[in-house]
Amino acid sequence: MATLHFLANPARFRRFSQRVLPALSVATAVAFAIGLYWGLVIAPPDYQQGDTVRIMFLHVPAATLAMAGYVLLALLGASLLVWRHPLAALMARATAPIGATYTAIGLITGSLWGRPMWGTYWVWDARLTSFLLLFFLYLGHIALSRAYDNAERGDKAAAILALVGAINVPIIKFSVDWWNTLHQPASIMRLGGPSIDPSLLWPLLWMMATLALLFVLLVLLRTDTEIDRRRLELAELNA
Amino acid sequence: MSGFTALVARDLKLVWRRPGDVGLVLAFFIVATVLFPLGIGPESNLLARIAGGVLWCAALFASLLSLDRLFAADYEDGTLDLLLLAPWPLELAALAKCAAHWIVTGLPLAILAPVMGGAFGLELRSQGALALTLLVGTPALSLIGGLAAALTLGARRGGALLALLALPLCVPTLIFGASAVEVLVTGEGFATHLAILAALALVSLATLPWAIAAALRQAGE
Amino acid sequence: MVDRRGMAPAFLDVSGLSCRRGGRRVFEGLSFGLGAGELLTLTGPNGSGKTTLLRALALLVPSDAGAIQWRGADVTADREAWRKRLGWLGHQEGLKADLSVRENISIACRLRGESVHRNRIDEALAAFDLVRLSHRPARTLSAGQRRRAALARLVAGEAQVWLLDEPFNALDAPSQAALRDVMETHIEDGGLAIAATHVSLGLRGARTLELGK
Repeated sequence: MATLHFLANPARFRRFSQRVLPALSVATAVAFAIGLYWGLVIAPPDYQQGDTVRIMFLHVPAATLAMAGYVLLALLGASLLVWRHPLAALMARATAPIGATYTAIGLITGSLWGRPMWGTYWVWDARLTSFLLLFFLYLGHIALSRAYDNAERGDKAAAILALVGAINVPIIKFSVDWWNTLHQPASIMRLGGPSIDPSLLWPLLWMMATLALLFVLLVLLRTDTEIDRRRLELAELNA
Repeated sequence: MSGFTALVARDLKLVWRRPGDVGLVLAFFIVATVLFPLGIGPESNLLARIAGGVLWCAALFASLLSLDRLFAADYEDGTLDLLLLAPWPLELAALAKCAAHWIVTGLPLAILAPVMGGAFGLELRSQGALALTLLVGTPALSLIGGLAAALTLGARRGGALLALLALPLCVPTLIFGASAVEVLVTGEGFATHLAILAALALVSLATLPWAIAAALRQAGE
Repeated sequence: MVDRRGMAPAFLDVSGLSCRRGGRRVFEGLSFGLGAGELLTLTGPNGSGKTTLLRALALLVPSDAGAIQWRGADVTADREAWRKRLGWLGHQEGLKADLSVRENISIACRLRGESVHRNRIDEALAAFDLVRLSHRPARTLSAGQRRRAALARLVAGEAQVWLLDEPFNALDAPSQAALRDVMETHIEDGGLAIAATHVSLGLRGARTLELGK
């Protein structure tokens, strides 16, 4: 009886995901194949950076989607707190680790990309530093949602954190940019240089779409897992 | 309004009965600050340059120390329930708790830090600037810390989790507070930094009491 | 369900109240009415939801079905007014360890937005034989004394509806008698009380709602 209320939406979600996942997986795999071939083989090397520019095809999409992921967390949080949508909590639990992984990929690829240019694996440039802080925000969300024995309490606390964090992300970005210009006025340390040639732009957009598809795929898969896990917990409670 | 002042007065009275807690925070601040010359070397030019940043960081860590008891004590003895049941807005009660925290933490730090700044070779003008930035900046730290405390009420590993949640959110305040002091030495822009610090404090004031109240309600469920 | 035939109209009307906690259905479909000068006892085994029901009535815990009405109006429409009417005694005493008994009571009144009447506090302290202890910090008191202090806090307030969770816990026989007297007075003055208890209250006219069936 207790689980009826819970299953109202998640059951619908399960049916939706079961229909969509197979096609989505194939589409993502194909898109990846095309994107990687395009980016690694077809696209010309940059006249300044040579072949290392190809890391951008992974870095920029990962970075952008990581930020979008946090916005998604905030939206899911609002959905949980305001409309008490039970699926929102589970989807947030699924999304946070994926977003954190994308952020980590963004950090690692950013570091690798910068290595040939800067000579070190890490510089405190504005974008990488903001990114590092976004990573900590993700870690906080993951840790908080799992810090309680009562899973619902964890979900709701993490939802509040996501909302406050989302408001703070632009503030943090602004302050880190300010900090950077204050301490490094002259050098243009922008990854990727001043502008992007069209022959690089299109594969970049393709990879952006591909990684977005992958993000959605992973979120759907993990949400399914979270539904099962929550069902199991409820079954144990009611046994 | 009288509930607000009653709550602030109560918390201040409780601290007065156990002044060691405040002393501990300030002692930690001093020890943490002293570690830097010991770790980096006492070269006076270097110390004067990093003073703003070091003192701000130490102040940030020190204010985190007392945060995990901010709501936990009330949670444990049942007075949080009484606050949740009080017939005036919980947001005001949250603000009152953070205000009391600031009075016993941020305010003394704003006075103590310039003194330590002198030991770092800061001249009088910079010391004053440091005090001013801490005065304007630490309320935001109390509010952000209050949110982290409310979110981690009753959680496992609450203390470490509190720091993980609070510190990234405190970064903007830290950046503008510390660089305000530095800018005073190098050139113009101090007023701008101070204005931004004030804006950050106001944004915290306008948003965080609601988030803290929501978190406290969840703790009471 | 509690029978109200032949009684005065209810001030507090609860209908179809259901609560889930951590995925578990604690109670559902609870309905009862309580009028001025009436006392309701909640009985039932541990875990049957007595505390949850009290917390749901106090709006500390959200209920997922049903309504709580005061004189015909849903209490969630004006939460502050409802909270002003409530007097709460939970499992914990709600006392600050470093404040004296008297200080605890007067701060509790102030936090409820009530003015602090020295006479009322003196009476409350006297009712539970706490006058000698009124200047002692709460942490120096025994469990029974702290419970009495919490009760004195409740009595010193001006709440009309008392919600009591195991009020007899840790009380010795004289204190239990004092509590019974105080509750009788409260009810005779037109107050309402809902008490979750294992111990029989022994008060005339107390109705019972059993949970956990």
